[in-house]
Amino acid sequence: MNSMLTEPTAAVKIDSLLAPYWAEIVEIVPEAEGIVTIWLRFLDQTLQERYSFAAGQFNMLYLPGYGEAAISISSDPQRPELIGHTIRFVGNVTRAVSRLQIGDTIGVRGPFGTAWPLETYQGRDIVIAAGGIGLASLRPVIYQILNQRDLYGRVVLLYGARTPSDLLYSTEFSTWEDNQVEVLTTVDRADESWLGQVGVVPMLFYRLRLDTDSTVVFSCGPEIMMRFVVFEGLARRIPHHRIYLSLERNMKCGQGFCGHCQYGPFFICKDGPVYSFDQLEPFFNLEDF
Amino acid sequence: MHTHKVIELMTEMNLTIGSKVSIQKSELNHLITLLRDFGYETIGPKIHNQAISYAVVEQLEDLPQGYSSEQERGYYRLHKGNHNRYFGAAPGSDSWKKFLFPPRSTLFSAERENGGWNETINREENKKFAFMGVRPCDLSAINIQDRVFIREDYVDPIYSTRRAKALIIVVNCLHPSSTCFCTSMGSGPQATSGFDLSLTELEDVFLVEIGSDAGIALVQQIEWAPASANYLQIASKKMEKSMQAVTRKIDDPQSVPEMLLANLDHPHWDEVGSRCLSCTNCTLACPTCFCWEVEDSTNLAGNRTQRTRAWDSCFNLSYAAQAGGNIRPTTRSRYRQWLTHKMGTWVEQFGESGCVGCGRCIVWCPAKIDITEEVNSLREVTA
Repeated sequence: MNSMLTEPTAAVKIDSLLAPYWAEIVEIVPEAEGIVTIWLRFLDQTLQERYSFAAGQFNMLYLPGYGEAAISISSDPQRPELIGHTIRFVGNVTRAVSRLQIGDTIGVRGPFGTAWPLETYQGRDIVIAAGGIGLASLRPVIYQILNQRDLYGRVVLLYGARTPSDLLYSTEFSTWEDNQVEVLTTVDRADESWLGQVGVVPMLFYRLRLDTDSTVVFSCGPEIMMRFVVFEGLARRIPHHRIYLSLERNMKCGQGFCGHCQYGPFFICKDGPVYSFDQLEPFFNLEDF
Repeated sequence: MHTHKVIELMTEMNLTIGSKVSIQKSELNHLITLLRDFGYETIGPKIHNQAISYAVVEQLEDLPQGYSSEQERGYYRLHKGNHNRYFGAAPGSDSWKKFLFPPRSTLFSAERENGGWNETINREENKKFAFMGVRPCDLSAINIQDRVFIREDYVDPIYSTRRAKALIIVVNCLHPSSTCFCTSMGSGPQATSGFDLSLTELEDVFLVEIGSDAGIALVQQIEWAPASANYLQIASKKMEKSMQAVTRKIDDPQSVPEMLLANLDHPHWDEVGSRCLSCTNCTLACPTCFCWEVEDSTNLAGNRTQRTRAWDSCFNLSYAAQAGGNIRPTTRSRYRQWLTHKMGTWVEQFGESGCVGCGRCIVWCPAKIDITEEVNSLREVTA
């Protein structure tokens, strides 16, 4: 009975700061140029069984000798035994991740942060507005909706990337559409194969007629994109508190200790990364804040 | 004479929490020895590089007896005063933070083994500190860091382990310096709780207030006398004088958090940003600043690495840098972050201000930036 109490439910060691649990890379899926999804399974059997996360949360992934990076979990919360992280090779740590292979081990701490408030908005219409790799944090939302599709009203994904080949998870779009998720895409620059929309994500709002009394917006992407998603949402009289954004900052600990991710009164690692816009509004238009 | 009296009186007075006694100054040496016998590493003020710093104290003579300090904006000097006090000099840039939240801590090391990694966690060593000479403002600073590092959701194992065992001996401030503004922040010049013992240094004795069971156990083993009405009166008069000697003020301190958040676009941020060197001195000297970074150091073969936590500062350019760019690329934005956090958003985060009014950031700023003046300037209405 006693041993039950000490079994981990999350991969966070409480008696040792930043020490990771180890996980094995079981699959690497190329998603776009410079972006892969790595699938992890904990080496610890108990953790494999007990680990759980919610849509919107992130893990700190650790590569010995390089350091840690905060990476959103991009897989299905109902299948936590295999954990997907979609990673763009941009920083010191993530570029090192690009050299890893199946069977390699990687350190994991988490999950950290707040979740997209799906339970709160059962029965509502949900607009998911994502840019580039921002869809990684929102794919678990789509999976969770698909797991219980009848709990939600209309579901629309507005998604954009730089070019058609930068659109993530595009092979899954048809499955999502088959389950009554409307998928509207746009690209910054088209190629000769592209027959869809060209332009920025917020412009996709103009192709929707929304029941704004019911609609909730979840958005993740570059801050400049989210700024205009907020603008379009408010213009359609969606209230401030029903527009949710996921923010990104430099993070070292995930536990509100190291200070780096502060945004006004918030530690984004523990009070965020998901916020309703009314929480963020006082600071949202400040330069270098 | 004194000793004889003690023996008589000790049977009449039971030591309890809140008891006030007097001890001869030489008895402090006895206390230091006792602390060693109890297994404590006693830390106190010592002179190092012409300033007070905190280091191991083994005997009474280690203390900077007879010294006073002089503090101004960007200025700190120690000199021999015309007194024999042991705690006459105010702290330098050091604070107790470096013992509870060490500037560098090894967290773990990892070694490559059979294609995987095997980590060895560096468990917190069994450090038992006795802090002797903690100023009331610095005691407030420790209480503030308690709220940062020991929370309901997460606990910092290094800080909490050291903190749980630490014994605190306060020295009340009878001679505040010109950079002190503890009365604005409600942290001094007298400590009322949160210590094991508190000392008030009079000309010939220490008045000792007992604040805990550990404090009782210590005083029981040294020579003491009940604090006489005369001593108590002298102390209370001196404390009143000390309170009035704190002349640096922040206007209407209660309203500062709200005022700062209402002035995030104030032109004064540009002005102070042009003077600030982003040197990080204020954050390192600050007894409450808690930010840290973490780094890996690897051997050449790449099969062994050590993970270390080290103090960081929001003034460092790398602090808010991430793959998408630097959030705070200007000194203006970094100074704004520091000040609005320290005296503003800290309240929302931890229930009280992050500033204790110790004045270290004023003293150790090479650009002579004065936090009290900056706050008062931000209050000025712009045209």
